[in-house]
Amino acid sequence: MLSPLAQARTAPVQAGAAATPKLLVDGLTKRYGAITALEPTRLEVPAGEFLTLLGPSGSGKTTLLQMICGLVEPSGGRILIDGQDETRTPVHKRDIGLVFQHYALFPHLTVAENIGFPLRMRGVAPADLARRVKEALEMVHLGHLAGRFPKELSGGQQQRVALARCFVYQPSVILMDEPLGALDKKLREHMQYEIKRLHRETGATIIYVTHDQEEALAMSDRICLMNHARIEQLGTPHDIYARPKTAFAADFIGVSNIFRGQVRRDGSGTPMLVTGNGSFRLSADTPDRPDGTLVVRPEQLDIDGDGDNEVRGEVVDTVYAGSETRVLVSLGGEETITVRLRRGTAPPRLGEVVAVRWRADAGVLVS
Amino acid sequence: MSAAALNHDGAFAAARRRLRFGPLWLAAPGLAFLAIFFLFPVLRLLGLSVQDLETSAWTGDHYARIVATDVYFRVLMSTFRIAGLTALLSLLFGYPLAYWLAQLPERQRGLAILAVMVPFWTSYLVKTFAWMVILGRTGVINQILSGTGMSPLPLLHNEFGVMAGMVHAMLPLAVLTMLPVMTTLDRRLVQAAETLGAPPANAFWLVYFQLSLPGVAAAGLLTFISSLGFFIVPALLGGPQQTMLAQLIISQIQEMLNWAFAGALATFMLVAALVTCWVYDRLFGLSSLSGETSGRAGGGQGHLRSAGMTILSALAKASTALGGPVGRLLGPKVMDRLLPVYSAAVIVFLVAPALVVVPIAFTTSPFLDFPPPGYGLEWFRVYFNSDLWVSATIRSFAVAFATAILATLVAGLAALALARSSSRWRGAIFAFFLAPMIVPRIVIAVGLFYLFAQIGLVATDLGLIIGHTVLALPFAFVAISAVVKGHDWRLDQAAATLGANRVKTLMLVTVPLIRGGLVAAFLFAFITSFDELTVAIFVSGGVKTTLPKQMWDDMILQLNPTLAAVSVVVFAIVMALLLMAEWLRRPAR
Repeated sequence: MLSPLAQARTAPVQAGAAATPKLLVDGLTKRYGAITALEPTRLEVPAGEFLTLLGPSGSGKTTLLQMICGLVEPSGGRILIDGQDETRTPVHKRDIGLVFQHYALFPHLTVAENIGFPLRMRGVAPADLARRVKEALEMVHLGHLAGRFPKELSGGQQQRVALARCFVYQPSVILMDEPLGALDKKLREHMQYEIKRLHRETGATIIYVTHDQEEALAMSDRICLMNHARIEQLGTPHDIYARPKTAFAADFIGVSNIFRGQVRRDGSGTPMLVTGNGSFRLSADTPDRPDGTLVVRPEQLDIDGDGDNEVRGEVVDTVYAGSETRVLVSLGGEETITVRLRRGTAPPRLGEVVAVRWRADAGVLVS
Repeated sequence: MSAAALNHDGAFAAARRRLRFGPLWLAAPGLAFLAIFFLFPVLRLLGLSVQDLETSAWTGDHYARIVATDVYFRVLMSTFRIAGLTALLSLLFGYPLAYWLAQLPERQRGLAILAVMVPFWTSYLVKTFAWMVILGRTGVINQILSGTGMSPLPLLHNEFGVMAGMVHAMLPLAVLTMLPVMTTLDRRLVQAAETLGAPPANAFWLVYFQLSLPGVAAAGLLTFISSLGFFIVPALLGGPQQTMLAQLIISQIQEMLNWAFAGALATFMLVAALVTCWVYDRLFGLSSLSGETSGRAGGGQGHLRSAGMTILSALAKASTALGGPVGRLLGPKVMDRLLPVYSAAVIVFLVAPALVVVPIAFTTSPFLDFPPPGYGLEWFRVYFNSDLWVSATIRSFAVAFATAILATLVAGLAALALARSSSRWRGAIFAFFLAPMIVPRIVIAVGLFYLFAQIGLVATDLGLIIGHTVLALPFAFVAISAVVKGHDWRLDQAAATLGANRVKTLMLVTVPLIRGGLVAAFLFAFITSFDELTVAIFVSGGVKTTLPKQMWDDMILQLNPTLAAVSVVVFAIVMALLLMAEWLRRPAR
C-alpha cells in the first residue's frame, strides 16, 4: 500500500531515460591547496535511481556528496538538479535532503519536532505539518515515539527518525552519508531493507555513500566506485562484480585472486597470460593488450576439479563462515589464493598439496 | 554455581564493610571543617537577625527596619539592579566572544583564553586601581580627551564606573562558563539545520543558540550571584547611588557593631542568591553547572518551552529581516570580519587595564600621570623600605601558602571519597562542598568574625587561614573532582594486584595521575587567599594586615604610585605562580 506521499514520488521514475537527469554533476572538482579532493567528475543520476558512491576513505566520495548538498563549495564545475544550475545556491535553499552519518538529530527537540523542522522552515501550515509528520513517523514505524527526545531512543530508532526527517519534505535528491556506519551488523542489515523499502515506496532519488562493498552490492541500482579522487568504475552491481575494469575494482568488490603477467597468443591464437605462477589460458573475447591482471573469483576456483588452468599449492588455512567455507592455498612465498569450497565437499587437510583449477572464460583480464 | 559465587561476593563485601572505613569517611575532615567554620557561623548570623539585641526574643524588627528605611531599601534595590545589569551585560558582551573562541582552532583558542583570563588572575584591588587610573578626572581617558580639546567626562564615582569595573571583572567568568557548552556543541547540527532548509539566522537561533542556553544560564547565575556580594568595585568606582549591600554590612559591623542588623542584611543577600539558584535548578538542573548533562530531556517544560521557542523563532525572523539589508550594506568582506574585530576589541578591554598600571609603577611623578613624565624605581623603593608593606606581603604569602595546602588536602580527600562512593548522600555532600561558592562571601566573613571574636581568633594568622580555606575549598574541590572523574580506577586495581598496598597505590599511582587537578586546586586556593579582602577586612586587625587589606586602606585614603608598584609586584607573583603551576602540571619526563 502506497501512501499519498509515495504515489506523488513514483511518477518521475516512469519518465524514461530521455528526460533530463534528476542530478547532473558536470566537471565538478575540489582542491584544497595542492591536494585534489576530487578530480573533475561527471555523473548523471536519473530520477528514482539508488546510486551508491563506494570507495575507501579519502577517495573523494564524501567530498562529492558534500558539494552536491552545498556544505562544501566546489573549485570548479556545475551541479544541476532537474536541469537547474544549483552550483552557487546556498545550502538551505537547495532542495536536497542529507542523512548524516551520526544522524545529527536536534537533541533539544522531540522526535516530532525534529521531523517537523524542515517543514517549519518551509512555512508549512501547522495542521498540514502535523499530518505530514504523523505520516512520516508511520512510514518508519515510530508513531508511538513522537513525543520522545532523541537521546531516549536506541541507535536504530534514531536512524529511522533521521530518515523520516529527510523523507518528510520530499527533497529532489536524498543524500545519505554512511548512514548505517554506527550500527551493529545485525541492525545494519535490517536498516538496509528499511531504506530499500522507503526507496521503493517513495520513488526518491537517492545517493548513498558507503565504504562497505557488501552494502553497496545489496542496495544499489548502480554503484559509482571511487578511488584516488576520481570515478574508477560506474555500473550495476553485477557489472562491477562480474566485469571489473581495474585491479582496484576487482580487489575492492568481493574477494579476488589476482595474477599479473604478459599476454601472449599460442599457436591456435588463444590468448595466454604468462605469470610467475605459470601460463594461463584467457577467455577468447579478451581484448588485445600487452599485459594485465587476471582476476578470478573464489567461487570460480575448484580444488581437484576440472578446468583449463591449474596452479598447485599447499593448503595453509580453512575458514568456516557458516554459509560457505574458504580454503587458503599458498603458492609459495607470500602469494596465497582463496578458494570457495563447493557445497558438500569435505575440506582438505592443512599441509595437503592440492591442484586448483578454473575455466578460461571464468577469469577477467583487467588493466 | 552462580548463587555460590554471589554468596561468596556478599560475604566478602560484608567483611570489607566491617574491616574498613567506607570511602566516604575520607570526606569527614572537610565536612567537619565546613560544619564548624561555615555552616555554624552562617546559621548563627541568620539567627542573630531574628533576635532582639537585649532580650534575645524572636523579632522581625530588623527586617522591618530595612524595608521601612528609605536609604536601606534603596541600597537593596541598587544591589539587585547592579548585579542584574552586570550579569546581563556580561552575557551580552561575552556571548559573541565565547562563540568566536569556540570556533577557533584549539591552539589559537588556548592563547586567546589566556588573554581572556588576565582579569581573572588579576587581583580585584589591582583591577579596581587600574580602573581608577583610567577613568579618573585626570585619568587616561580624560587626558586623551583633553588632549583633543574635549571637556573631561565624568566616568568615575557613578554607575558607568561601577559597570565598567564589574563587567570587566565578571566577563571572563561568563565567557569561561559558556565556552565548554559551545565547544562540545555538535556543529554538524547547524549544518543539518541548513540542509533541512533553515536560513543561517534560523539555524543559529533555533539550534545553536538553544543548545548553548544551559551555558548562558549557568554564566548568568554565576555572574549574578558573584556580583551580589561586591563591595570593592562599588566602593571605589561608584558614588553614593551605587552603594551595595555588602558595603552596608561592612559599615554596620565596623562602625556600629550592629550584628543583628548586619545579619538581616546578610539574610537578604543569601536569600537572593539561594532563590536564584533554586530558579536555575528548576529550569536547568544544578548538575549542569559542573558540565554534566542534565537528566531532564530538552530542559524546561510545557508552556515555558513553547513560549521560549516562539521567542526564538521571532528572533530568527528579526535577524533575517535585519541581517539581509545590513549584510548588503556592509558587503560580505566586512560581515566576515565583524566577529573577529569585535572579539579583539573585547579582549583589549579585558587586558588593557592590567597593562596601564605597569608604566605608572615606574613613574617619577608623585601623581598618577599618564603617560608618566619619566621612569624610575622610586615607588618600588618606597614599597620595599616600608615595613608595613613588606610585612603585609609576607603575611599574605604565608597565609595563602598555608591555605592552599590545607584546602588541597581537605578537598582532595573529599573529591576522592565522592568519586568512589555510590552513597545516596553523595549529591548532598557534593552540594555542601560547593556551598561556600554560592553563599556570598560577606555573609561568611561576618559570620566568621562573630565566631572568631568569641574564640579569640580575630587578628590572628590562623583565623585568616581558616577563613580563606572556607572560601577556597569549593574551587579546590571542583578542580580535583574534574580530574578524578576522568581517573581510571582500574589502574589502582592493577597496582593492588601487583602488590601495592593502599597507601603505596595512592602515592605511586593515584596522586601522580591526578597531579594536574591537585596543582590547579593548589593554585586556585593560593590565589583565592592571596587576593582575599572580605574576610581580611574583619579578621586582620591593626598592624597584622594582609596585602589586599593594606591596598584597600590606601586606596580609600589616597591613590598613590606606590599602589601601582604593589600592583606590579602582586601581578608578578601571580604570573610566576601560574608559570610554575604549568611547569609542575606537565608530566615528568
